[in-house]
Amino acid sequence: MQKFDYYYEGNALQMDILVYSRVSTVSLLPTLELRATTKLLGIPTAKSLLSFGAGSLTAGIFLSREQHVNAGSQVRRLYPASAEYPDLRKHNNCMASHLTPAVYAKLCEKATPNGFTLDNAIQTGVDNPGHPFIKTVGMVAGDEESYEVFADLFDPVIRERHNGYHTRTMTHPTDLDSSKIRSGIFEERYVLSSRVRTGRSIRGLSLPPACTRAERREVERVVVDALAGLKGDLSGRYYGLGQMTDQEQQQLIDDHFLFDKPVSPLLTCAGMARDWPDARGIWHNNEKTFLVWVNEEDHTRVISMEKGGNMKRVFERFCRGLKEVERLIMEKGWEFMWNERMGYILTCPSNLGTGLRAGVHINLPRLSKILENLRLQKRGTGGVDTAAVGSTFDISNLDRLGQSEVQLVQTVIDGVNYLIECEKKLEKGQDIRVPPPLTYK
Amino acid sequence: MPFGNTHNNFKLNFKPEEEFPELSKHNNHMAKVLTKDMYAKLRDRQTPTGFTLDDVIQTGVDNPGHPFIMTVGCVAGDEESYEVFKELLDPIISDRHSGYKPTDKHKTDLNFENLKGGDDLDPNYVFSSRVRTGRSIKGYALPPHNSRGERRAVERLSVEALNSLDGEFKGKYYPLKSMTDAEQEQLIADHFLFDKPVSPLLTCAGMARDWPDARGIWHNDNKTFLVWVNEEDHLRVISMQKGGNMKEVFKRFCTGLQKIEAIFKKHGTSFMWNEHLGYVLTCPSNLGTGLRGGVHVKLEKLSQHPKFEEILKRLRLQKRGTGGVDTASVGGVFDISNADRLGSSEVDQVQCVVDGVKLMVEMEKKLEKGEAIDSMIPAQK
Repeated sequence: MQKFDYYYEGNALQMDILVYSRVSTVSLLPTLELRATTKLLGIPTAKSLLSFGAGSLTAGIFLSREQHVNAGSQVRRLYPASAEYPDLRKHNNCMASHLTPAVYAKLCEKATPNGFTLDNAIQTGVDNPGHPFIKTVGMVAGDEESYEVFADLFDPVIRERHNGYHTRTMTHPTDLDSSKIRSGIFEERYVLSSRVRTGRSIRGLSLPPACTRAERREVERVVVDALAGLKGDLSGRYYGLGQMTDQEQQQLIDDHFLFDKPVSPLLTCAGMARDWPDARGIWHNNEKTFLVWVNEEDHTRVISMEKGGNMKRVFERFCRGLKEVERLIMEKGWEFMWNERMGYILTCPSNLGTGLRAGVHINLPRLSKILENLRLQKRGTGGVDTAAVGSTFDISNLDRLGQSEVQLVQTVIDGVNYLIECEKKLEKGQDIRVPPPLTYK
Repeated sequence: MPFGNTHNNFKLNFKPEEEFPELSKHNNHMAKVLTKDMYAKLRDRQTPTGFTLDDVIQTGVDNPGHPFIMTVGCVAGDEESYEVFKELLDPIISDRHSGYKPTDKHKTDLNFENLKGGDDLDPNYVFSSRVRTGRSIKGYALPPHNSRGERRAVERLSVEALNSLDGEFKGKYYPLKSMTDAEQEQLIADHFLFDKPVSPLLTCAGMARDWPDARGIWHNDNKTFLVWVNEEDHLRVISMQKGGNMKEVFKRFCTGLQKIEAIFKKHGTSFMWNEHLGYVLTCPSNLGTGLRGGVHVKLEKLSQHPKFEEILKRLRLQKRGTGGVDTASVGGVFDISNADRLGSSEVDQVQCVVDGVKLMVEMEKKLEKGEAIDSMIPAQK
């Protein structure tokens, strides 16, 4: 695997500094696939920053905090920071808790190489003061570099959201070896369905709040191309949102397969619904147990699911499918956004790390508030922003960052087992114990 | 969502056809005019404040069509947008404003004495009368594009000017963010206050950013003269009252507007205006007078007549629901207003409303009696 490095000029007035190339790890022949680069090279204003060596092209992405792009001269500033500072007095989200006037003044003139600014990042948190059920994050990343350029704000937000995680000093474990899972097959009387999802971003392309139409279409092309290579129980088909029939779409929504047209202001205020439904779609395997959403809140959302309680099998398919998709993408010279401090890079800071949400729809008429001690989260069966229907809950992991995929799924499995035991005790009229808070070793 | 000029330069790394929006299912003025060639030509331009082509068209890309009206599908971010993106906006203006040419001149007439009649609309049918327009403060970016600092400056300047009005115009400013929920709901119910923006036509153009920061309503003590600050335009100026006395409404409208303009001039600022486009506002549909003069009128029978739309068209009028744009009518009561904005004066347009509504009420009365109205249908004005 080639390491990527790139360099950019700190004070360039023209944003012609971002040039990527893809290196094929499969072949070093002169007929390398340069599909991704040919559209970027040769533009009159673009300066080529590639270095050549040994018959292969190398370029890359290495970002050091000391080399921040200070694009203040291009970011339109007629007023001092104090006049632009948002009014957050009635706000209750992570961004509002950490965006002091001093931090705002420090960051407001910066931009990522793609031109994403602080105001872009925080707009959703300014427009959405609070949420009735959860303390929202209130900011998004427009690209991989956002997390570095605006680290003075992202870091404390990440710390608050992820249980004290320090992105500068801690490392995040990635583990997709599903064979390590113990137990994980629940009684169908209680567990109606099981699901594991994560997100993946394609390195080198801006994220949904900031991507241009061309970038979004490129994401779609790259992902759909790779998915076409899946075989066996994973082989399937892509449905572009703009080409789907209303019937197909409704069927997919009813099956809990499709993402809604974005109506949540948390998403729309962050610019993620722009140009809808251009370059959005859903891919799923023929068995409808492995799905990929393209260009919703992230470049991709990868989901493994099935009816019933076999979480073990769901996670096995999840890991296998993910690794296969990654392999197929890398064959074409692309890779996922990832680093060892923050794990997988996604649009919302709440999804950093594993980006993983593993959960079940479980029927627990006698449920009590044990969940927090088990590091579990409940949602309604419509997902985030919904309430439970009757006594059926969506139970999933609370954490994303600092624990690996295997660890998080095991946490859900152990917790759900505990809940079922509690439910059974309550059925018999027995007492249940509130478990002690779970501490991670 | 406005991304500013740095982001636009990054976009230029991609070919125009890769960035060109998918408009095949769209039905708005922008989609009808914007070709791939035009996109390629205009996409590397920006106004002095950094507003770009994609900023202009985003709302039209995100909103393919509207059930009741043919939407414009684009907005201006500042005064210069209309110059910098002339190739796109001139044909749209022409389509929207009945063939208005780039060389045409627009007439401004705020002399209320030139209005004939308008004080005798039947209050059994005409429940309320209202005239509104917009004004933009020269030198400041418009709602799709302005920063928080700019928006607050607009608020400051406007409130300063408004607070110096006196007589029947003496009033008070209510900033949205310190209004109580109860006050706010009362003002909405009285048709005084603008809604929290939910229409995607507005939200996709970035006009709802930072809500409710620097937004508010000023109104006189009688609640007959109102100014909205920082909604879809810098200022929306409204004169209204119950009943059908449009003449009085228009008189107050003209007088109030002229007083406000005089105060602004005294403080060294002015409104965006030029002799080609008249008053410059955010939406190209509001250029010219920016005036919408209308009534809430009960036309239960007439509205079901097969020729209703044709009659409106000939009278140069437009219908909306009683909740304003994007709403349906309730109980046969319609909001009827002038369709034109550019190419005719304020007096001309209010005259259309006065004459047209008078005629339609007579038609309604005839239909109630079971009589035919064919002989009354007017020729195209």
